[in-house]
Amino acid sequence: MIRFTDVYMRYPAGSDVLKQINLHVEQGAMVYVTGRSGAGKTTLLRLIALVERHTRGQIVVNGQNLRRVTGRRIPLFRRNIGVTFQDHRLLNERTVFDNVALPLAVAGYRYQDIKKRTSAALDKVGLLSKEKAFPIALSGGEQQRVGIARAVVHRPALLLADEPTGNLDPALSLETMKLFEQFHQVGVTVLIASHDFDMIKKMNKKIITLHAGSLLPHGRCGERSAPP
Amino acid sequence: MSKKTSKNRPVANLNKIIGSWFLQHVQAFLSSLGQLYKNPMNALLTTFVIGISLALPAGFYSFLENARRVTSNWDTTSHISLFLKTDIDDQRAQALADELKNHADIKTVEVIDREAALLEYKQNSGFAAALDALEHNPLPPVIIVQPKIESISSMNNERLLKALRALPEVDSGQFDRQWAQRLHRIIEVFQRFIMIVAALLSIAVILVIGNTIRLAIHNRRQEIEINKLFGATDAFIQRPFLYSGLLHGIGGSLIAWLLLETAVLLLNGPVVRLTDLYGSNFSLVALNFREIISLLLLGAGLGLAGSWFSVKRHLRAIDLI
Repeated sequence: MIRFTDVYMRYPAGSDVLKQINLHVEQGAMVYVTGRSGAGKTTLLRLIALVERHTRGQIVVNGQNLRRVTGRRIPLFRRNIGVTFQDHRLLNERTVFDNVALPLAVAGYRYQDIKKRTSAALDKVGLLSKEKAFPIALSGGEQQRVGIARAVVHRPALLLADEPTGNLDPALSLETMKLFEQFHQVGVTVLIASHDFDMIKKMNKKIITLHAGSLLPHGRCGERSAPP
Repeated sequence: MSKKTSKNRPVANLNKIIGSWFLQHVQAFLSSLGQLYKNPMNALLTTFVIGISLALPAGFYSFLENARRVTSNWDTTSHISLFLKTDIDDQRAQALADELKNHADIKTVEVIDREAALLEYKQNSGFAAALDALEHNPLPPVIIVQPKIESISSMNNERLLKALRALPEVDSGQFDRQWAQRLHRIIEVFQRFIMIVAALLSIAVILVIGNTIRLAIHNRRQEIEINKLFGATDAFIQRPFLYSGLLHGIGGSLIAWLLLETAVLLLNGPVVRLTDLYGSNFSLVALNFREIISLLLLGAGLGLAGSWFSVKRHLRAIDLI
């Protein structure tokens, strides 16, 4: 599903944010990307979602070489990806329903389909009763779940989550992670960036550890490598 | 059965594509209407600025059209009217006219004898009753001279007029409607002036709308980013802004039209009273149907142009890639 081959990333006039990244995430896998703040987790996700371009190497996502995804192909490529953010990035002047429906509206779905799918997605995250509310009126955990509903409403093959538990207490974090696991179980490839290592260990999934832009030898839980 | 469905599929797909395209346009239109509705004060102020910018050239244009209506039925070919002395009788006038016919610079000569002059004056001046009260005809015979060279500004004609004025039978002589012709030239100058003003104000409208759209893009930056992240095409993101520019332009045109109608309404009373004094039944007109449509199209075009420039410039700045 995702394959990085010798990928480097450097912002203009800066040092390398990612150095010689080689990794492979299989179709339908659920993978955690961990590391300290500034290790390059978010950049890794941004490269996959084509928010940034890598400077060297090759990234293949869903069979597409990202170098060749340009111009009009970018929106179509992104429609196959769902993204959640640490700060949720909900549109505050729109209702919960409209927020979740956004990826469908963007793709030109008919209203009946939008209605059906959005309700289903909201039901899935347990917020169907709040569809007419505005994000401001929701708790942090609820806002995160609205963000998750938005990320999956268009049934993407790949789900990217950037620090989904960043602002949540442990109980809510676990709940959120369980939610991601449910999507993983129906075949969605899930990539979650998180620095909450204790939480990740409990989930018993593949872990990718970044340190200062480089990939550390990785494995399953408990094999966290100490920074050299 | 299966044959039938496979045959129909391309048509169905095309319908779906057109339907979806149409739906997206309706959505974008409603979305931009919604933005106007949410921020009515801003929208109103901007639209008013655009309205005034459009009303100025439209008002000038309307003023000129009215001026042209007043002057259009005035004869502008350059005659010379020679008013003879009152003691010259019609026979003497005719003799003089025959003499002038042979002049090198003169094309035609026409005599209006005293009787005809009185009749014409009675018809046109509105003083018929007063003239009837007079015991004898106070008007002199008039000779209308058509010079060979049409242009009034010709030096030849000036010399001719001077020579004719010097004739002993002639009391006074003048170019007919000379001032009318000058007025036409002045109107031409003003027309050019208005074209320049209109062009400048059009640019101002484009800039005003461009700036409005720039602010709207700035205010909705987060929304644009999220839309892009979830696969919105550039066209999808641009559409509401283009519709917004279009609506501002059309709104501005409507306001310009209203301003103009109001101005005409306010001015018409005094103008009618003034022209009444000249025995005319002239009254001001604002824009006709065709001109209103032109104004609306102009506003719509400028709105679209302004938003298009702005969108092209500022959406690129939000490019995620």
